[in-house]
Amino acid sequence: MVDTKFRKKKKKITAFDIWVNVFFCLLCVCFVLPLMLVISASFTSEKWLMSGNGFSLIPQDFTLEAYKSAFANRTKMILAYGTTAAQAFLGTFLSSTVAGLAAYPLSRTNFRFKKPLTIFIFATMLFSAGMIPSYLVYSKWYRISNTFWIYILPSITGGAWNTMVFRTFFKGLPESLFESAHLDGAKELQIFFRIVVPLSTPVFASIGFMTLVGKWNDYTTSMVYIRDENLYTLQFLLQRLMTEAQFLKNLSQTAMGNVVLDSSSLPSETLKYALCVIAAGPMLVIFPFFQKYFSQGLTIGAVKG
Amino acid sequence: MSKKKFTGAVRRDKRKSIWKDTASWQMLLLAMPAIVGYTLFNYIPLVMSLVIPFKDYKFAKGIAGSDWVGFRNFGWMFTSSAMGRVIRNTFLYGLWFMMIGTVINIIIALLLFEVTNRRALKAYQTIITFPNFMSMVIVGYVVYAILSPRTGYLNQVIGLFGAEPVDAYMSPGAWPGILTIVSVWKGMGINSLFYFASLMAVDTQLYEAAQIDGANRFQRMWHISIPHLTSLACIFIILNAGKLINGNFDLFYIIPRDTPLLYSTTDILNTYVYRALATGKYSMGATVGLVQSVVGMILVVTANLIVRKISPDNSMF
Repeated sequence: MVDTKFRKKKKKITAFDIWVNVFFCLLCVCFVLPLMLVISASFTSEKWLMSGNGFSLIPQDFTLEAYKSAFANRTKMILAYGTTAAQAFLGTFLSSTVAGLAAYPLSRTNFRFKKPLTIFIFATMLFSAGMIPSYLVYSKWYRISNTFWIYILPSITGGAWNTMVFRTFFKGLPESLFESAHLDGAKELQIFFRIVVPLSTPVFASIGFMTLVGKWNDYTTSMVYIRDENLYTLQFLLQRLMTEAQFLKNLSQTAMGNVVLDSSSLPSETLKYALCVIAAGPMLVIFPFFQKYFSQGLTIGAVKG
Repeated sequence: MSKKKFTGAVRRDKRKSIWKDTASWQMLLLAMPAIVGYTLFNYIPLVMSLVIPFKDYKFAKGIAGSDWVGFRNFGWMFTSSAMGRVIRNTFLYGLWFMMIGTVINIIIALLLFEVTNRRALKAYQTIITFPNFMSMVIVGYVVYAILSPRTGYLNQVIGLFGAEPVDAYMSPGAWPGILTIVSVWKGMGINSLFYFASLMAVDTQLYEAAQIDGANRFQRMWHISIPHLTSLACIFIILNAGKLINGNFDLFYIIPRDTPLLYSTTDILNTYVYRALATGKYSMGATVGLVQSVVGMILVVTANLIVRKISPDNSMF
């Protein structure tokens, strides 16, 4: 970020400064309070929450019961955590590599097939197949639905947007580096891994982190393609708990209202909120450290290459 | 490899035969994983998206084995009454989110620009950006903690003022407002960052000169910052033209908890297509999907033509 002379110069605090800061403090409250509701719910006892007292900002009747039961039901949650982490990290690594590898030729002036390849990749931004044709092709022809590979393969290209960001960044690398590498007789693959990748850590960090967040938070892939409970992601596990509760509620509002529900078999409300904290935690803890790269990635992408 | 060959590769030699251009072939090899990936996972489904709407798709028969039915699926689409509602919702929400989002994100960026304390600025940005890193599922739980009819925070607060508890999940009229708030809340941090970064690039001498000439903060904002951002905003709006017909599935599916009672104000084309898939109405859903992507493409191409007229540097192609 450019810290300007201009900004440093004004030291005098005006009424306007105070108002701006008051505004942002209030705004931040609107962002923090909802989060506190969730965290506090996860530490509140089920009895308190459901006996009509409801959600509150500070844990009432403090208990770790919800976390205990989350970890007691270990296998399901740990499997989901494992699947989420494995698909997120492997998927991010592979798709960043594939997109970077494709972006490198597009950034070079001596690449003969630049134009057709550019059109081939960027056309996918314009035309998309849609959910149903993709589903039918992946599950009927490739037979990757309901397997771990559905998380990895369809997104392995990293997408045209990321490729464009990589290309823009690579174009900014000094040309002389490539010329001297060529003179030394380096192959393109060597140039990419020995010169381009080490010089491009900011863009890899930025794209990698954005992809990782997207994959960590993905539930639609599980929802559409996965039937095997052992392959659910954490977010989808949460989403299912939500829909099951809503399904029963919808049911009780309709003609089936007389069905007696065995409430003891339902996951408790506080357990769901404990799972929310467990699921969202990692990304919320690491994102402040990546924020610098995040804004860089956004601004690189916004500049046309 | 000889030295000579590579110098030739660096300065692109037009006379060189395509077969001897080893650098290009090597680079094509680097792009190979992407080429295979796009072919298998983008282009083949894309071709099928042009075929399935013209068939009566039966899962057991497969794509090739299902019968051709011509335009029957399209005819159904234009006579269905649910379709009108879904299209209206998609389009109106798209337009509204685009307008309100742009205005709010610009205001936030302008105000962030006025925060002089670096540490405070960083803190504000971090806090307003965090929802972007939470999945919509968790945001759904947050919203439920507030709106839940029996235990929600909202009912507790309005209860203090003696108001009757409300059940948002049974009142469709509340949802345009709720969805707007959630959408703005989740996207504000990251989207205002675009405008903020652009403001940081404005030549500071402009502000200094204006200050010397006696312009106050609002005048500087109005005459320097806002004109700088409006051109950017126009371009963003135009480039996101496809979103007018492509809503945010997560927002519209998760936040209202897929409640049939709320479909009149929460159902959009994307959720409609998903339900078609979930209930096995493949051809119907694929037809809607095809119309959606064709309209989306027309919007993007038209928008791009307009951008190219006003500001050629910002057009995509």
